[in-house]
Amino acid sequence: MNRGFQIEQIRSDFPILGQQVYNKPLIYLDSGATTQKPQVVIDTIRELQESQNSSIHRGMHYLSEQMTTRYEAARETVRDFLNAASSREIIFTSGATGSINTVAFSFGEKHVSSGDEVLISEMEHHSNIVPWQMLCERKGATLKVIPFNEDGELFLDKVDELLNERTRIVALTHASNSLGTINPVKEVIGKAHARGIPVLLDGAQMVQHGPVDVKELDCDFYLFSSHKIFGPTGSGVLYGKESWLEELPPYQGGGDMVDQVRFDRTSYNTLPFKFEAGTTNYTGAIGLAAALDYLQTIGFEAICQYEKKLSKYAMEKLGGIDRIKIFGKARKRISVFSFLLQDIHPYDAGMILDKMGIAVRTGTHCTQPVMDHFGIDGTIRASLVFYNTMEEVDALTEGIQKTIEMLT
Amino acid sequence: MIDYKESQQDIVDEFSVFEDWLDRYNYLIELGNDLPAIDPRYRSSEYLINGCQSKVWLHADLVDGKLQFNADSDAIIVKGIVALLVKLMNNRTPAEILENDLFFIDGIGLRQNLSPTRSNGLLAMVKKMRLYAMAYQAKENKKMES
Repeated sequence: MNRGFQIEQIRSDFPILGQQVYNKPLIYLDSGATTQKPQVVIDTIRELQESQNSSIHRGMHYLSEQMTTRYEAARETVRDFLNAASSREIIFTSGATGSINTVAFSFGEKHVSSGDEVLISEMEHHSNIVPWQMLCERKGATLKVIPFNEDGELFLDKVDELLNERTRIVALTHASNSLGTINPVKEVIGKAHARGIPVLLDGAQMVQHGPVDVKELDCDFYLFSSHKIFGPTGSGVLYGKESWLEELPPYQGGGDMVDQVRFDRTSYNTLPFKFEAGTTNYTGAIGLAAALDYLQTIGFEAICQYEKKLSKYAMEKLGGIDRIKIFGKARKRISVFSFLLQDIHPYDAGMILDKMGIAVRTGTHCTQPVMDHFGIDGTIRASLVFYNTMEEVDALTEGIQKTIEMLT
Repeated sequence: MIDYKESQQDIVDEFSVFEDWLDRYNYLIELGNDLPAIDPRYRSSEYLINGCQSKVWLHADLVDGKLQFNADSDAIIVKGIVALLVKLMNNRTPAEILENDLFFIDGIGLRQNLSPTRSNGLLAMVKKMRLYAMAYQAKENKKMES
């Protein structure tokens, strides 16, 4: 199964990486925003469109049967990937944002009322802030925030202070998209569960970097986006413990999520369909499964080993640049590097790096509170995954040196 | 003063000598550095055009029937483009600005910087410059009527 880790071979699996931009080899360091797709995912989507397309769960004809089977097989692949107890716990959504909104609504409608509290952290992506804020506004509840220290690590002792009898749910990112921090989620879950409070983990930046076992974590909800783990856009996953999903009301109403529809009363479908209203993005889900299968062929052991080396090298090289300031120096990190070059505007740096063929992201990375924490407007972010190379880190370092020369 | 169109063509020609993108950026950085900082009283929220990525400040006066723009940005390459816009539009009548197309940004390959998704404030700045022209033109017309 495992074919070993040969970086050249792996790069050749991703056709987009071989191209030139502005007559320079593309150096793609923006995988935190979206990852590139291996050929096998591209082929799967193409094949589905060319010879399989048919609406799922509805038809009795050949194509519909085939597509339904593959869609449900994809669900099983995701279940296995997360080590969930049952495929009834795997909901296909439109992405991480869709997953969080589902829980914020369904959980919030049933369990959050006036005076209650929702606990998040200071390093959340806007998508794990705003849905909870909207819920709090609807219900007259309060949003509470776990702060982080200068290295970008959560103040764990504050969690004890912030959890109380009014806390209804904790929503926390597994890994930060702007600081790279891997949060001590097990400790937080332990603390919350000791008080009977459920925990949702945003795994959008974690699942592509290492194995996640929801049983071992014992989280109540876990979610991620397909496009950040080498799958297609517009698709994502929400895992929820069956006991929770069973008792929560549905989020969106529509076809497929119902059992009996009468004008005086509608009964809902069983799990997981209760949470999948309308024609789902079945192509996205099956494409995601193809991406997860692809990851299996390399294996997380090899991926983690390689990314650890790559990350260490990048931290050393970037850290060696005069005038650089790196934001986020947690002990446990993913390969995401947020930095500023003295008083150079990130947008200027990003524009210059772009013309060198280096794709980085600049701005607030949808984490304005993180920027506020440091009193800055934004950063430059290089986010790497296992298809990046040490040579690309060298090119980034050189590019940064040149950028500094140009702008000072 | 040379024609508005010609003036834009001059910019396009000026940029055509640069073979490399980074040379173009170097030139924009120079222009940005040479543009005097905006009068502090206009570097305020009232005159701020907030892009998500970079900020631009803009103010305009009408002196003897000609527009006088005063602008700035916190990002230097953006400020370089701001400098080009200011240089082009300063000392023009509102009519000149309103009746002519703005084509030089396209011509020097910086169009993507005016895309709404870039949100660097430039697109909004160009719109605001035209708004100033419109407002001053309306004011002038009113004066003439009365």
